[in-house]
Amino acid sequence: MLALNAIGKTYPNGVQALERFTAEIRLGEIVAIIGGSGCGKSTLLRAIAGLDRATAGTVTLDDVAISAPHAKIGIIFQEPRLLPWLSVADNIAFGLSDPPAGARRERVARALTRVGLADKADAWPRELSGGQAQRVAIARALVPQPEVLLLDEPFSALDAFTRRDLQDHLLDLWADMRPTVALVTHDVDEAVVLADRVLVMRPRPGRLFDEININLGRPRARNSPLFDDFTRRVMTALDRSLDRDVLDRDTKSTAGQAMWW
Amino acid sequence: MAMTVELPALEQTEGIARSAWSVRLRRYAGPALGLLLPLGVALVWEIVVWLGFSSGRLVPPPSKVLATIVELARSGELIRHILATLTRVAMGFGLGVIAGTVLGAISGYWALARRLLDPTVQALRAIPSIAWVPLFILWLGIFETSKVALIAVGVFFPVYLGVLGAILSVDRKIVEVGRIFRLSGPAMIRRILLPAVLPAYVVSLRVGLGLGWMFVVAAEFMGASEGLGYLLIDGQQLGKPAQILAAIVIFAILGKSTDWLIEITTAPLLRWQDAFGRQGGVA
Repeated sequence: MLALNAIGKTYPNGVQALERFTAEIRLGEIVAIIGGSGCGKSTLLRAIAGLDRATAGTVTLDDVAISAPHAKIGIIFQEPRLLPWLSVADNIAFGLSDPPAGARRERVARALTRVGLADKADAWPRELSGGQAQRVAIARALVPQPEVLLLDEPFSALDAFTRRDLQDHLLDLWADMRPTVALVTHDVDEAVVLADRVLVMRPRPGRLFDEININLGRPRARNSPLFDDFTRRVMTALDRSLDRDVLDRDTKSTAGQAMWW
Repeated sequence: MAMTVELPALEQTEGIARSAWSVRLRRYAGPALGLLLPLGVALVWEIVVWLGFSSGRLVPPPSKVLATIVELARSGELIRHILATLTRVAMGFGLGVIAGTVLGAISGYWALARRLLDPTVQALRAIPSIAWVPLFILWLGIFETSKVALIAVGVFFPVYLGVLGAILSVDRKIVEVGRIFRLSGPAMIRRILLPAVLPAYVVSLRVGLGLGWMFVVAAEFMGASEGLGYLLIDGQQLGKPAQILAAIVIFAILGKSTDWLIEITTAPLLRWQDAFGRQGGVA
């Protein structure tokens, strides 16, 4: 279990990005963290990853405190962040250090096939499209078989079709190993498609505001009434988190609803 | 008006007919274009002297320079001088590159090392390297060691500075990938930082090599009995401008070919680059 205990982050210039954020994420659960810009959701994710240190509180994974990058925690960033001087296959193998070369090659080949890029093993990252590059980044994070997978707005730079495609693909990959997933996003649709639970954050300073369980089976049909219902509930919580007037979403047009900025 | 409309159409039909020809032409056109200027100047000078507009005594015509080179080559002198100079440059360059790379990488990666080391290195860099000559001769003697040391000093600074600056400007996002996979310090340098700085590193190697060729002349001016620098001094003292020019031409050829050697040996390592220069730049 991944436990976040009263996490706070104050930057040296006095800006308080996070205040007493507490949550528990169960093994194999997918949790989406959503909130307005500047609500500290990326700060929170970086603290879990061990890239930045929280100034207050602790992150523990199965009762082990996390203060630096950990072998059991993988992360996928907003950008693919592939190493441009390594081929696609070598990029995926980057996180595998110990196993012998033969076993390593086999695991990389399997991962490439799994993300549908078997024919791109020897390509350079510059030859990939944005969606393909992000698939490689996903494979790179999953090949070391992390217990916890963190995603920092992983699909926000992609077009709508590719984004949908990769969301489904991610769920498919998740089903293989069932890692614990914490996903930071600003896309309500994405949160409802992927998550078991949505944590809504409130900005300045970043705090936990609301928590919505998405009691939907998988696979989820994006156009079912139940799906719309959950989307609306998350939207309403978001609006309240920003002290906006809560509109009656049932009667309003749904245009622009899919992407919540 | 009519002309501007017709031209592209004309070019297109002719272009198809000649395309095979033009591909072959284009492959050689680039290097040939570079040779146009020096060959043209040489030819003009040759003609000027041949027509008697100048005696060509202080600036001998290309034919005379060529004759000097051939003469030196035939007597075996030339190869001896070239080897002496090449050996000095190779040794000095090697030492300078190793020291510059190691120290540059260390002070690029560890902030503490940078604070300790960099101010001293920068202060030393401010000293004109030729100023070391008397000291090196006192310490290391008049022979090879002091010459190699001087060249190494000249090569060291651009390589050190290039590696240091390039490491400091490596994308944080890429470095974070290394941190996520928990690379140790040396592994971070080897697997992330050095490959990331490789394009900049090649440039600093080429700058360093250029300085190496510069300093070998300075080194050979201070009492050498062989080497291309010796040919220069010898030509000055005995009033043989053709010999001086011959040595200069050979310097140019050697400098250019060693630079080209760096370029082609590193090209396979830089195939991954997605840069403006790869497309050949703007024609």
